[in-house]
Amino acid sequence: MKLRELAHARTGDKGDVSNISVIAFEPGDYAFLVEHVTAERVRNHLADAVKGEVVRYELPGLGALNFVLQQALGGGVTRSLLLDPHGKSLSSSLLELEVPDRQGSDR
Amino acid sequence: MTVVRIGAGAGYSGDRIEPALELAEHGALDYLVFECLAERTIALAQQARLRDPEAGFDPLLGDRLRAVLRTCAERKIRIITNMGAANPLAAARETARIARVLNLGGLRIAAVTGDDVTDLVRRADLPLIEAQGRVADVAGRMVSANAYLGAGPIVTALAGGADVVITGRVGDPAMFLAPLIHEFGWSMDDWPRLGAGTLVGHLLECAGQITGGYFADPGYKDVADLARLGFPLAEVAPDGSAVITKVAGSGGQVSLATCKEQLLYEVHDPARYLQPDVVADFSGVRLAPDGPDRVRVAGATGTPRSGLLKVSIGYIDSHIGEGQISYAGPGALARAKLALRIVEERLKLTGVRTSELRLDLIGVDALHRGPNLGKGPEPAEVRIRVTGRADSLAEATRIGNEVETLYTNGPAGGGGAWKSAREVVAVVSTLIPEDQVRPAVTYEVV
Repeated sequence: MKLRELAHARTGDKGDVSNISVIAFEPGDYAFLVEHVTAERVRNHLADAVKGEVVRYELPGLGALNFVLQQALGGGVTRSLLLDPHGKSLSSSLLELEVPDRQGSDR
Repeated sequence: MTVVRIGAGAGYSGDRIEPALELAEHGALDYLVFECLAERTIALAQQARLRDPEAGFDPLLGDRLRAVLRTCAERKIRIITNMGAANPLAAARETARIARVLNLGGLRIAAVTGDDVTDLVRRADLPLIEAQGRVADVAGRMVSANAYLGAGPIVTALAGGADVVITGRVGDPAMFLAPLIHEFGWSMDDWPRLGAGTLVGHLLECAGQITGGYFADPGYKDVADLARLGFPLAEVAPDGSAVITKVAGSGGQVSLATCKEQLLYEVHDPARYLQPDVVADFSGVRLAPDGPDRVRVAGATGTPRSGLLKVSIGYIDSHIGEGQISYAGPGALARAKLALRIVEERLKLTGVRTSELRLDLIGVDALHRGPNLGKGPEPAEVRIRVTGRADSLAEATRIGNEVETLYTNGPAGGGGAWKSAREVVAVVSTLIPEDQVRPAVTYEVV
């Protein structure tokens, strides 16, 4: 199944750094996200955009993960050649990520 | 005061106008804050100021203030905004002119200055942050350098009786933190409360992004009435906890999900959100529903500020040229790919010097629509986009030209060509010690 079935996401930008939050619709799915949505998987999924390292922060209280992607915005929002220089659409692209089928999920 | 009510009237320079009036009329506000200054905006404003000494503030300042100033004056709602951009003093004079036309005698307008650190930064060769390199790499092409000021000078202006406070570059959350410091008498080293107030500002600063904007995804995250999206307000308690809500009957939603997305928006390490006044810690934040379109926010805290201020440096980076043209029907994708190969070869053949080139394929239904279109295995239409970086405007112009000439020289059926070339004012950032910056407050009285 796609990550979209379990989580929602939002991208933010600062310079050449993008951050993408991945937030469980259901708090009970948070541990599953921690297990399957790793920094490495995110980096591989967005390899075309991300040239630097990816760091993951965990927010169990919110049921959310926050990924910080270095060198991810074509050299920086204000000078990028990309059609989407802010990387606003990276979050939607990340929701395409395949995760194992979730048993017992409502969705 | 037991509760301070702060509304967000704009989340970026071009934002919608009327949600701010809705907040002023129906939000029972104490403060209305307009955040209108993106990273690059101040550099472009500085260029405008160099052409005209009375320009350099936000071009929509007049429209926004004419919409709300009378209502705010009548209801004692104080306005805080960074619409001063590169020229807060001229923005304050313009605001005073508007107030006189509206017959708002006695209105007191404060301009906060001191964020312009161009001379300071030019002299020091500092490392960049959020990118590779040093200030020296761009110093010769620098347009502007502005430090992110903290809440201090805004608090000074409020204590000085300002009805409207107009700043240049300040930390966005500081515009919301300042009235909380002023009303609740928080100390400037009360790190937990400064962290809590910073979270309120962080949640509100993008206006509609917490009330359902930048959120809807039909079937997964449905949001009602985005055309009439209500902007947010916070009811803040003396301990810095708050309820985020919006005017009843406005479009959008305030939910746990919208608040979580905005809480992490443009945040890196949630335990260390660096601001001029405090290092805010959002890692222990708790959100709880508090009725329809109401979310209670608590648990943010903070640690001592770094003593360093972030500086945004605007500089002339390069020139970007771009061209687009579309192909439809059977073989659209093959002709679009052929078109890209032709342009790539033409740029080489004619010696257009680019340091970076990007070739894109775009498209759904811009050319033709109908029940039989887009059903096949290949796209019904494809639009090519060629964009490249060059050293001069003349050189950049040649990129779009080579796309446009596909009309008569390229694949069959190319339509809707478009081209542009522009100078790129880009932004890099560095850090300077806070004691090298001297904020000042100047008043205009109507």
